[in-house]
Amino acid sequence: MATDTNESSTLALGEINKYDFRTDTPTVFKARRGLDANIVAQISEMKREPGWMRDFRLKSLEIFNSKPMPNWGGKIGVDFQDIFYYLKPAEQQGKSWDDVPEEIKKTFDRLGIPEAERKFLAGVKAQFESEVVYGSLQEDLAKKGVIFTDTDTAVREHPDLLREYFGTIIPPSDNKFAALNSAVWSGGSFIYVPKGVSIEFPLQAYFRINAESMGQFERTLIIVDEGAQVHYVEGCTAPMYSTESLHSAVVEIAVKKHGRCRYTTIQNWANNIYNLVTKRALAYEGAMMEWIDGNLGSQLTMKYPAVYMMEPGARGEILSIAFASAGQHQDAGAKLVHAAPNTFGRIVSKSISKNGGRSSYRGLVRVEPGAKKSRSSVVCDALILDDASRSDTYPYIEIEEQDVSIGHEASVSKIGEEQLFYLMSRGLSEAEASTMIVGGFIEPLVKELPMEYAVEMNRLIELQMEGSVG
Amino acid sequence: MSERLEIKNLHVAVEGREILKGVNLTIGRGEVHALMGPNGSGKSTLGYAIMGHPTYEVTAGSIKLIDEEGTAHDVLDMEPDGRARAGVFLAFQRPMAIPGVRLADFLRHSVTNVRNPDRKEGQELMPMREFRGELKDKMKELSMDSDFARRYVNDGFSGGEMKRAEILQLAMLRPRFAILDETDSGLDADAVRLASESIARIGGAEMGILIITHHEQLLEHNIPLQTHVMLGGRIVESGGPELAAELHKQGYERIRKAYPEAAAAEEEMEAERRLEPAAN
Repeated sequence: MATDTNESSTLALGEINKYDFRTDTPTVFKARRGLDANIVAQISEMKREPGWMRDFRLKSLEIFNSKPMPNWGGKIGVDFQDIFYYLKPAEQQGKSWDDVPEEIKKTFDRLGIPEAERKFLAGVKAQFESEVVYGSLQEDLAKKGVIFTDTDTAVREHPDLLREYFGTIIPPSDNKFAALNSAVWSGGSFIYVPKGVSIEFPLQAYFRINAESMGQFERTLIIVDEGAQVHYVEGCTAPMYSTESLHSAVVEIAVKKHGRCRYTTIQNWANNIYNLVTKRALAYEGAMMEWIDGNLGSQLTMKYPAVYMMEPGARGEILSIAFASAGQHQDAGAKLVHAAPNTFGRIVSKSISKNGGRSSYRGLVRVEPGAKKSRSSVVCDALILDDASRSDTYPYIEIEEQDVSIGHEASVSKIGEEQLFYLMSRGLSEAEASTMIVGGFIEPLVKELPMEYAVEMNRLIELQMEGSVG
Repeated sequence: MSERLEIKNLHVAVEGREILKGVNLTIGRGEVHALMGPNGSGKSTLGYAIMGHPTYEVTAGSIKLIDEEGTAHDVLDMEPDGRARAGVFLAFQRPMAIPGVRLADFLRHSVTNVRNPDRKEGQELMPMREFRGELKDKMKELSMDSDFARRYVNDGFSGGEMKRAEILQLAMLRPRFAILDETDSGLDADAVRLASESIARIGGAEMGILIITHHEQLLEHNIPLQTHVMLGGRIVESGGPELAAELHKQGYERIRKAYPEAAAAEEEMEAERRLEPAAN
């Protein structure tokens, strides 16, 4: 597979800025700049929401206002009053790409979404600014009772199911940005996989920010019922503007008895995006939750996908790749909570820093009292490409049970002169050699991705490596 | 005049400490030369300096490639990859592991660049089918399992596997001049015989080879035109294959006695090394 990937190393010049394009897209409605109760109420009204959701939003806004900014991670230079919180790009969601407004359709064409959908996806959601503008799901899955819709539609069409989980896995009071999302959320995916249903191909959502000073606050809820199985993939991009945009999502997942959920993220944000996301999954008896989290771009990313292992035999795995280049700070990591006996967790984190970029691993492994025979392993490796770049590790371990096994390994390495020399002595240029070493460094994670995403990931890394040797 | 690699009065220092103190050596394309000498005499340093390792600073002298027309190309002006593309190859005594990079992927890049010396990054690689076919054939000739090419470069390889991977690269890259730095170490007698045969088959009349070794088995199928003995950073004596046999049987006592100045330099280098155990 990796061999085939190298075929794509031929990069046309135009491709380098593949994601950095913007379109003049007419909007249907744009809330004024800034954040207050009126804006929040207006968003709720635009969406014709039930009263309970409007109240939830308003209460969340109060929590947001009362909470201080996080005093860890990176420097968050967002002026909350300078952001557009809601921007509706289309009158209604398309069921076929032909129903999607032309400019928006062109955007997703350029990002290759319709093509991917035809080739290997079981369902797609495409979100542009605040709303999901396109949605599809294979017919046979719908017949089996699978629900894959945007969260706004779910509020209307599946209120009972949604209310059982919404805001319970990550309550608004969890952190300032979860509160913000809870107040102004829009779009995101709602997935329900019924008992015993296994979805063979991935479901994908693609989040695109196009407007300047935009805030995107999607809200995703995934419920995997007993013995069911799903792989959900999200991709995110935005063009480059001079002022900051904010992406602050909340993702809640419940994986019931013996269910399996894999959530793959490949984010490639422009350098002016603050990416502050809360992701948490609850895994019940014998269930398996995997987060595969690829973070490229953004000005600051703070993201620590979590698995709470609630019942015996639950498993949680988090594989994380972060790539920080000039002007970027990736504060990424993972959180594992062993709340029941015989639970098994694994964190593998790989970070790359170059051209003055900074990446930090921040992770927590917590073992609750009584979670006997739990095992967790944490491996975090950092690769630093030059002296101007930086890497830090902040591992937190809280163990309140004796009978457990917790392992932690961390390594920081610079691209070795000896490795470079070896590859160059066989005819590779310095740039090719560095790219190859970096590719090899993340290979253990990339090989976990479905082939199409592995190709994409390798290509993104190659783009990041362009011109890194000067 | 035929093509040759010409080394004149080469002085090489590592972190300010002189290791090579005026080496003269000319290897014609199609010739086999053996380089012997006690540990620490500077044999590997010569290999690294020819290949352009950044730690090995050439303080005086020259390394030149003379082509068929007699034109000299200054090797010291080239980056390591330029040297490889000009047809120079070093089989490492201890090759580096590159975790996560498959041998086949690496070799495809390598072969493409060496065969198209002007290739720029991002330009097309050798067609996959053609590459795979050739790799498969070469691996068969070397009695290597084809799965081997899917493994990560030298990662978790045994000593013997590393050496065989180096020989595979030699076979694929077909350089004009190859330096084989103790390609026999870590191999058992059968494996050395196989390596010796393979090198002879790969080399033939097309390659100038410098074999750095402590033993003579590797020379069994690669009868050296000349055997050179290095001591204290200089080549002190050159002879025929019989010299290799003598050194293998009797060691370096006669050489040390015959060249007291070089022997003294060797002792001095040895003492300095003991003071700085970190330097190689």
